[in-house]
Amino acid sequence: MLRRNDEMEIEMNHLVENYDVVVIGAGHAGCEAALAAARLGMETIVFTVSVESIALMPCNPNVGGTSKGHLVREIDALGGEMGKNIDKTFIQSKMLNKSKGPAVHSLRAQADKSAYSREMRKTLENTDHLTIKQAEVTELLVEEKRIIGVKTYSGATYLAKSVVLCTGTYLKARCIYGDVSNYTGPNGLQAANYLTDSLKKNGIEMFRFKTGTPARIDKRTIDFSKMQEQFGDEKIVPFSFSTDPESVQIKQESCWLTYTNEKTHDIIRKNLDRSPLYSGMIEGTGPRYCPSIEDKVVKFADKDRHQVFIEPEGLYTNEMYVGGMSSSLPEDVQHEMYHSVAGLEHAKIVRNAYAIEYDCINPRQLNATLEFKKIKGLFSGGQFNGSSGYEEAAAQGLIAGINAALSIKGKDLLILDRSEAYIGVLIDDLVTKENHEPYRMMTSRAEYRLLLRQDNADLRLRKKGYEVGLISEEQYQALLLKKKLIEEEIKRVEHTNIGANKPVQDLLEQYGSTPLKNGTTLAELIRRPELDYEVLAPIDNNRPNLSYDIQEQVSINIKYEGYIKRQLKQVEQFKKLEQKKIPEDINYENIGSLRIEAKQKLELYRPMNIGQASRISGVSPADVSVLLVYLEHR
Amino acid sequence: MVTETIAAIASAMSPSGIGIIRISGPESLDVIDRIYQSKNGKKKIKDVHTHTIHYGYIVDNSNVVDEVLVMIMHGPHTYTGEDTVEIDCHGGVLAMKKVLETVVKNGARPAEPGEFTKRAFLNGRIDLSQAEAVMDVISAKNEYALKSSLSQLKGSVQESIRDIRSKIIYHIAYIESALDDPEHISVDGYGVKLREEIKPLKAQIVKLLKSADEGKMIKEGIKTVILGKPNAGKSSLLNILVGEERAIVTNIAGTTRDILEEQIVLNGVSLRMIDTAGIRATEDQVEKIGVEKAREYAKDADLILYVVDASRSLDENDQSIIELLKDKKAIVLLNKSDLPVEVSVEYLKNQIHAPIVWISAKEETGIEELENVIKDLFFAGELNFNDEVYITNIRHKTALEEANKSLELVENSIEIGIEEDFYTIDLMDAYESLGSIIGESVGEDLVNEIFSKFCTGK
Repeated sequence: MLRRNDEMEIEMNHLVENYDVVVIGAGHAGCEAALAAARLGMETIVFTVSVESIALMPCNPNVGGTSKGHLVREIDALGGEMGKNIDKTFIQSKMLNKSKGPAVHSLRAQADKSAYSREMRKTLENTDHLTIKQAEVTELLVEEKRIIGVKTYSGATYLAKSVVLCTGTYLKARCIYGDVSNYTGPNGLQAANYLTDSLKKNGIEMFRFKTGTPARIDKRTIDFSKMQEQFGDEKIVPFSFSTDPESVQIKQESCWLTYTNEKTHDIIRKNLDRSPLYSGMIEGTGPRYCPSIEDKVVKFADKDRHQVFIEPEGLYTNEMYVGGMSSSLPEDVQHEMYHSVAGLEHAKIVRNAYAIEYDCINPRQLNATLEFKKIKGLFSGGQFNGSSGYEEAAAQGLIAGINAALSIKGKDLLILDRSEAYIGVLIDDLVTKENHEPYRMMTSRAEYRLLLRQDNADLRLRKKGYEVGLISEEQYQALLLKKKLIEEEIKRVEHTNIGANKPVQDLLEQYGSTPLKNGTTLAELIRRPELDYEVLAPIDNNRPNLSYDIQEQVSINIKYEGYIKRQLKQVEQFKKLEQKKIPEDINYENIGSLRIEAKQKLELYRPMNIGQASRISGVSPADVSVLLVYLEHR
Repeated sequence: MVTETIAAIASAMSPSGIGIIRISGPESLDVIDRIYQSKNGKKKIKDVHTHTIHYGYIVDNSNVVDEVLVMIMHGPHTYTGEDTVEIDCHGGVLAMKKVLETVVKNGARPAEPGEFTKRAFLNGRIDLSQAEAVMDVISAKNEYALKSSLSQLKGSVQESIRDIRSKIIYHIAYIESALDDPEHISVDGYGVKLREEIKPLKAQIVKLLKSADEGKMIKEGIKTVILGKPNAGKSSLLNILVGEERAIVTNIAGTTRDILEEQIVLNGVSLRMIDTAGIRATEDQVEKIGVEKAREYAKDADLILYVVDASRSLDENDQSIIELLKDKKAIVLLNKSDLPVEVSVEYLKNQIHAPIVWISAKEETGIEELENVIKDLFFAGELNFNDEVYITNIRHKTALEEANKSLELVENSIEIGIEEDFYTIDLMDAYESLGSIIGESVGEDLVNEIFSKFCTGK
């Protein structure tokens, strides 16, 4: 074994290289970070423990889903890669919640995992200014509270102006099922065992989190006749605003639905004492939203069955993902348990289910820019920040990568607030709220979700992507044109009068809508719940020929105008507090009128503005008033 | 920076001749125009000059609430720097409350504690050098309001609000779980069920509103705390004042171990009488807690009745009570006037600047004099209600009305067939409004409810 070099000075007999940006980890966060930095012209190097594991999907084989689909759209609007990559590699696609309001429509695609990973690797390999390096980073080089580079296991030094940590679930990772435990990352990949110590030495507070994944099963051994087939949508909508919708109308693969039963639950209950979760062998904190099957059986004892989704892992593999049955029970119990499920009686397990424990940080140590408050130039994103999910990771990676580059360029860093994007909600929640489990995005976390729809992510964020430098002039001009067309069409619809004539009454009758007594406007008709812009086409004689996405915007904006206006008003109030910046050198000890609890919390989180301060638990409205007065007084 | 229009009672809540209601904010003039009627019924406040005074009536739906003088002051030359209206109404507690309620019903919201001062400062009307003082006012007033709001709220009211809230959050969590995990949980047709479940919640809120109107939601009155060392006769005094055997009276020192509370009206003055455990150094755990509580109540009291056993000499326990009386309005009651006097009245007079009344709880003498002293203090304006009590009540009412309105909006959404995800917007508003009454914010409530009640996830 090579002796690691712990000295700060650089020795002659080790490799030394210079970069602008170092990205540690090439998972979903690392890929976005590295691509963003390189595309912004930064000489960038991305480290991975294995080049084969670039953009690996070690758990579920899909991208998107409720609220996560929003994140992917936003990533795309800003100039990130995830949406484009899944558009190229998906094998089934579905718009979830289609019968609900537009705010909760969410796109989800099944991915061909290996194609997804391969495609992303190809993109990284063909991006200028981007170097891929297979090596384990073991040490951060910090000088006077500023990052200056990293060191690898072999002793090589990579000097850099910014470093982005995207280590995912690899730090001191341990995979567990039953009494079997391996000190590896996901899928048996090498864990990163040294970096934690270096982080701790630099004063960074660490958490230990846990997550898990179900078994993978050989397709040939599944009896699909006992399951319900789950198809994709007839008309597929792409994730990326740059993808041609025609290009994604592919032949899709199916998923399958089956259920656990009392027998399954009995097997689990009988063997609970052998579960490392209940025996105390696992110390990490797991997510409540994605419980293992043993958790579900214990917590929801009254349910006599749970859904199980059998999903393909790709086109060129027989492996099927058993969604809904993640577990860390011993191997023999797993076998018995899976075999008790209808259709899986004779299933062969290719990979066992397991739980994984890993080190991550307490994210309150970060600014909303994802830069560490106490170490300049050091950024981080993804599961390392205590989140979970590919999409959450990619979103943070993108912001961290952008800001790593912008800080080198001496530009203002990018912060999205809660009224602008789910990404803003995600990051604000992470850096402002107490976080005790892997954080997952949910639509209920976004208070302005009616404005933060997946359908308008481009209208919300493309301009920011353009200003940052990830969106081209051409794409930006296309956006401006789209905006103009939407506005013009809304105006036209609001001023288009509809008379109470026969074709109109017939159409209304057809949709079960009350007939007209007097004339009205087209907009008024669109507002009726049973109608929308599209179905009124036959009575709208002067309708211009507009693309579907423009029509959709017109329809939503008119239909939900009342609610949208209400949220816009709330946003106005919200923005006022967000714009009140708190100076970095503020000393809360000096503000006598603050309650002690508020002082402690404010000192711990050191919020950037009054709005953020007001969201910290333990800071009361009165404390916020006091802060406002204090800032005025300075 | 916030542009809402606020209102509060600006004069002391004592039965003085005139009460002042102050309105401040951009819509002050609109608000007053909606409720002001001049003698000939023609004058519009929007048309009058700034810094003028107008005689007329405050009317609520054509019912005259009070006869008033209205002072109009356009910003920025006002206390807060904003358009300001001051209504001089009759000074009774009831009149002021009614006028303020009318103002709130017509577009202003009840001011937060210290909010006028805060606005004055933020609009540059208060010298920067006074920032410190302004912050202290805000923080102290809020602290007090929060404490008094909760302690004044009757237990049954708090329970009822918690109950309504827990039902609302359940529905929100159900809908949100389904939206988050549509393949596991379905919310289709939930509106029908929800509409039925909202009805009783609304009825519960309406009931609370009624009790708020009747003043039954909060405990009102001058917070009067009876202090004294054990067996000085505190409970006997309370019983005489209340006119029934409320407190257990024995001659064993330390009988009252908890706190007893009664609401009484003496000569038209409303008092919240609070009997406490006798203050003495004690090793008995239960009694110790009582003594601690007594000290806390003394700190918050508007008036302290210090009962001294005149047949015993003062000791260190009396001394610690005398400490508590500093900076407090108090009346010293020399009890057991029927027994030989051992106490040094001279010493007490030197130590405490408060009226002294001789009583005998046993013989029921001196009680009338006590009542007169309290009345005199009150009408001399030395005893104030804390006006936060009333404004708190109005804040509660406003919050209840808003919650009710939000639930009506949900019903409306269900009626016209809007998608289920819209229900939670108004449900959440109702949840928040109700939370403001019991001082609870939303925080992570929803996420916790979702995870604890519904099984979602891959």
